[in-house]
Amino acid sequence: MADSRDEPLVLGIETSCDETGVGVVRGTTLLADAVASSVDEHARFGGVVPEVASRAHLEAMVPTIQRALKDAGVSAKDLDGIAVTAGPGLAGALLVGVSAAKAYAYALGKPLYGVNHLASHICVDQLEHGSLPEPTMALLVSGGHSSLLLSTDITSDVRPLGSTIDDAAGEAFDKIARVLNLGFPGGPVIDRYAREGDPEAIAFPRGLTGPRDAAYDFSFSGLKTSVARWIEAKRAAGEDVPVRDVAASFQEAVVDVLTRKAVRACKDEGVEHLMIGGGVAANTRLRALAQERCEKAGIRLRVPRPKLCTDNGAMVAALGAEMVARNRAASDLGLSADSSLPVTEPHVPGAHAHAHDHDHVHEVSKDNLYS
Amino acid sequence: MLLLALDTATPAVTVALHDGTSVIAESSQVDARRHGELLLPAVHRVLADAGLRLDAVTAVVAGVGPGPYTGLRVGLMTADTFGLALGVPVHGVCTLDGLAYASGIEDGPFVVATDARRKEVYWARYEDARTRVGGPAVDRPADIAEEVAGLPAVGAGAALYPDAFADVRGPEHVTAAALASLAAEKLAAGEELLEPRPLYLRRPDAQVPKNYKVVTPQ
Ligand SMILES: [Zn+2]
Repeated sequence: MADSRDEPLVLGIETSCDETGVGVVRGTTLLADAVASSVDEHARFGGVVPEVASRAHLEAMVPTIQRALKDAGVSAKDLDGIAVTAGPGLAGALLVGVSAAKAYAYALGKPLYGVNHLASHICVDQLEHGSLPEPTMALLVSGGHSSLLLSTDITSDVRPLGSTIDDAAGEAFDKIARVLNLGFPGGPVIDRYAREGDPEAIAFPRGLTGPRDAAYDFSFSGLKTSVARWIEAKRAAGEDVPVRDVAASFQEAVVDVLTRKAVRACKDEGVEHLMIGGGVAANTRLRALAQERCEKAGIRLRVPRPKLCTDNGAMVAALGAEMVARNRAASDLGLSADSSLPVTEPHVPGAHAHAHDHDHVHEVSKDNLYS
Repeated sequence: MLLLALDTATPAVTVALHDGTSVIAESSQVDARRHGELLLPAVHRVLADAGLRLDAVTAVVAGVGPGPYTGLRVGLMTADTFGLALGVPVHGVCTLDGLAYASGIEDGPFVVATDARRKEVYWARYEDARTRVGGPAVDRPADIAEEVAGLPAVGAGAALYPDAFADVRGPEHVTAAALASLAAEKLAAGEELLEPRPLYLRRPDAQVPKNYKVVTPQ
């Protein structure tokens, strides 16, 4: 096992929202990233329906595990550990993934690592750009989160500097897309329309950017209302809504605030690396503006490819592999799904775990395991 | 033959091992809010009691409900994954059938009812302990009161609504031991068991919560 400790082979399971993700990594190398999404089933509701997501996870889990192992070209018995998103997320959805991971780890005789979804979004960048610099500043933006996090060790120290006080950034994209009748999810379609629009056509407000406002917190609720009112006023006046300009101007307001605050946090904390993750990190304008502003400020920007930014199992496997590599305590078989797992807890060690209790699951159940 | 049976469709988290002749180990805990936490440790305990390892299991039997969904899925997901990891078949058994079997009532008709929450019951009608003749369905007790009037009724769902179910019998919750015994009988008789897919009986609530995707605690 000595060599596998450096490059652990880990399977990761993610079910915190509407994607059933199973990934396989070897250390910081991506071997497989299988995702089954129920997004189409949610589209007509204009948002993620938890019960629909949970039902879909149950159906998709076993085929998705099989696909991930096949894509990776590895056998389950060679795994060094099973990682799973323990939280935060939708409670019922998380529970499906945690149940699968526990059963799989137990049946295979592998250690189990319940890990934090947000820390996984940061750690996934190791699969793209190699080991995370320490410290790393992370801007996480998706339909569920908008946070600035500072990490000196992704397995043990993640500090929240700020987060949204109302809507998540991705949620604002969904809502504006709905007002513009562009469907769900809103992110990709707004991005597409915005490319042909003028980002300076309409001056939408930049929330929480006043001198007395919290430097690292976000607010997108006022922006959302302002955009919706602007559109309604146009419609009420019988005028055409310039969809492309609205999309571009709205998007600019979001990414301006996100990048401005992220760069400021890096400067204030003396951090030279910024990583951006979460579904909104797939936004082309966010990537471009972040690149521009980071270059100007002398900050190295790390943004994974879009498929690794949205929820997936590879990110969970990446963090699980890091837990194995750094000898963190495994979770035990009583691991629960925690819908509000704090970001300050990158993983959920077992109740009786201590610092070097790497083989906790083995200890609990070695008589009943294969090997 | 070694069957591992489990059920999480009622407030009970229940696990049993059956060797083809009889139940050799079992565990039942009643805690409707902790299915996820309790199931795997229970599996581990039952195996340890029997002095066996999980890889000795030749088939998995899971209660497919009907039952409140979140708990129900814990058992089915666990069974599915064991099936994958062990390379053994996974069978489904209707949870209400397990209760009917455990009741031991030979002269029907009688009904089984479990709590479906929202002032409803999951229920089915039986000719005898092994023969379901109606259901499973989900209904308000008042709406089926006439249909079930005068019939013995098994299960915690019946005990909740004495106006509809006058003659309540035990057991309250299903046991995996009953499920395993029923499955073993059926398999020995060459009968097909169910697919291990959940009996939801209701469409999902198509409600998008206000902060539908929030995974950052506020
Ligand atoms: Zn996410």
